[in-house]
Amino acid sequence: MIEGFIALYIFMLAAFTGYEVIARVPVILHTPLMSGSNFVHGIVLIGAMVALGHAETSVERWVGFIAVVLGAGNAVGGYVVTERMLEMFKSSKRGG
Amino acid sequence: MIINLSYFVAAVLFILGLKQMASPVTARRGIIWAGYGMVLATVVTFFHPELKGFLNYFLIILGIAVGGGLAWWSAKRVAMTDMPQMIALYNGMGGGAAAGIGIVALLQGKDMSLLIQSIAALGVLIGAVAFSGSLIAYAKLQGLMNKTLRFSGQQKLNIVLFAVTVLLGLWVTFSGNDVNNNVLLWFVVLSLVFGVLMTLPIGGADMPVVISLYNALTGLAVGFKGLVLDNPALMIAGVVVGAAGTLLTQLMAKAMNRSLGSVLFSGFGDTAAAETSETGGSMKEIEASDVGVMMAFANKVIVVPGYGMAVAQAQHKVWELCQLLGERDVKVKFAIHPVAGRMPGHMNVLLAEAGVPYDMIYDLDEINQEFETADVALIIGANDVVNPVARTDPSSPIYGMPILNADKAKNVIVVKRGKGAGFSGIENALFFLDQTRMLYGDGQAAAAELIQAVKEL
Repeated sequence: MIEGFIALYIFMLAAFTGYEVIARVPVILHTPLMSGSNFVHGIVLIGAMVALGHAETSVERWVGFIAVVLGAGNAVGGYVVTERMLEMFKSSKRGG
Repeated sequence: MIINLSYFVAAVLFILGLKQMASPVTARRGIIWAGYGMVLATVVTFFHPELKGFLNYFLIILGIAVGGGLAWWSAKRVAMTDMPQMIALYNGMGGGAAAGIGIVALLQGKDMSLLIQSIAALGVLIGAVAFSGSLIAYAKLQGLMNKTLRFSGQQKLNIVLFAVTVLLGLWVTFSGNDVNNNVLLWFVVLSLVFGVLMTLPIGGADMPVVISLYNALTGLAVGFKGLVLDNPALMIAGVVVGAAGTLLTQLMAKAMNRSLGSVLFSGFGDTAAAETSETGGSMKEIEASDVGVMMAFANKVIVVPGYGMAVAQAQHKVWELCQLLGERDVKVKFAIHPVAGRMPGHMNVLLAEAGVPYDMIYDLDEINQEFETADVALIIGANDVVNPVARTDPSSPIYGMPILNADKAKNVIVVKRGKGAGFSGIENALFFLDQTRMLYGDGQAAAAELIQAVKEL
């Protein structure tokens, strides 16, 4: 069990990390970055897996199953579109 | 132990991945690293001690196959112009998943401290709002619903609805480990309805900010679920995205000269603020061949592309034209307004798709002084972002918005489909200036004519 205050510290440090990581991003990467951060919260999938994994009633299973479907969609879709966008960024110095 | 270690590695990979995405040189590696993190975290979760029962395992695999398969299929097919709504859609799915986790946790009635239970409820609310709100944003951008729904007393209704939802959430929070299923159901339903009603009145022009906001909200909801499930990987990844998304939302709102409050609670976006002051002068037409000559003998040409170029799929032709000009030793630069396209950076993606190298593309601060030395500013499919009234006319709704100073160029060529006003419905004073010439036509056809004109010289 993560203690209340430890959790608070994790939240605070993670928030600063997120802020700092983005603060230096050029505008040209905003769309891929939004897409990329969208992919990162696809980690919700593993939470959905755990939720479904210990489901006991059929209602819990249904909700958990929907959560897994949605979470997998978030992760996979987020990855594929981000990768597709970033793949296209080329520098003229390498022959564009 | 192994599981926790893997989650830790995944969290590190996410942060490093996002960091690498901050530069175009390493961006691609960044997303791949984050991808490894995701695969690692997903695989080890199959060995999580809380997973039990054959049926549950089966459903998990089925769910991943269905959700992942559909997302893979759609993500591979989507056109680059439709990227914003696709991101909205995937983001909404994440929000829905976060809400689902919270619902399961509350249904199971595990012993939770009051703090954790309130966070579980809050996560359901935020996740559900992000889910339904993102779906509306998707529908709007996809053109499935063009009407912006507004009625009198809408804001009051939203406030009342929100208050009732929060009360239900408090009820859920204080129900301990015996949450009434009906109360929970209504809590979820009202959260979803609130997300819909909150998004409906927001105009299309403000959608990028809204999508970014929902992205941040989903991150936050995921972080909360990490706390509920005792899962640090979820906490870290969720909160990092929550913070990053909030900053990104602010940057976008600032670029559009809109405060977040006015995006959410007023509703310009498309309130056809048509009655702006009369702009003097008239629009003057020009032939493509004349433009070709003008550009071929120029020293410096700055291209200002807008969403209209992307809609006309003209970016490949425009790039071809620029390469031709480059061969004639004309200096060509692309000037991108932060909100060109449907979201910041969207236009860069579209130009990259056409093969334009990113070091020819400049953003507003980098290029604005250069317009004065440019011989030709070629505006193609852009409108509001080059409208000088944003600098000069305090009564204009876009007054104060940073714009590209295309009006400072010696000659301005505007490629435009027709004489109508732009996305925001505001008349563009740039079109009436003395040095401005209009080249009417579809973006792609016009670019093709220009290529022809330059080739014939």
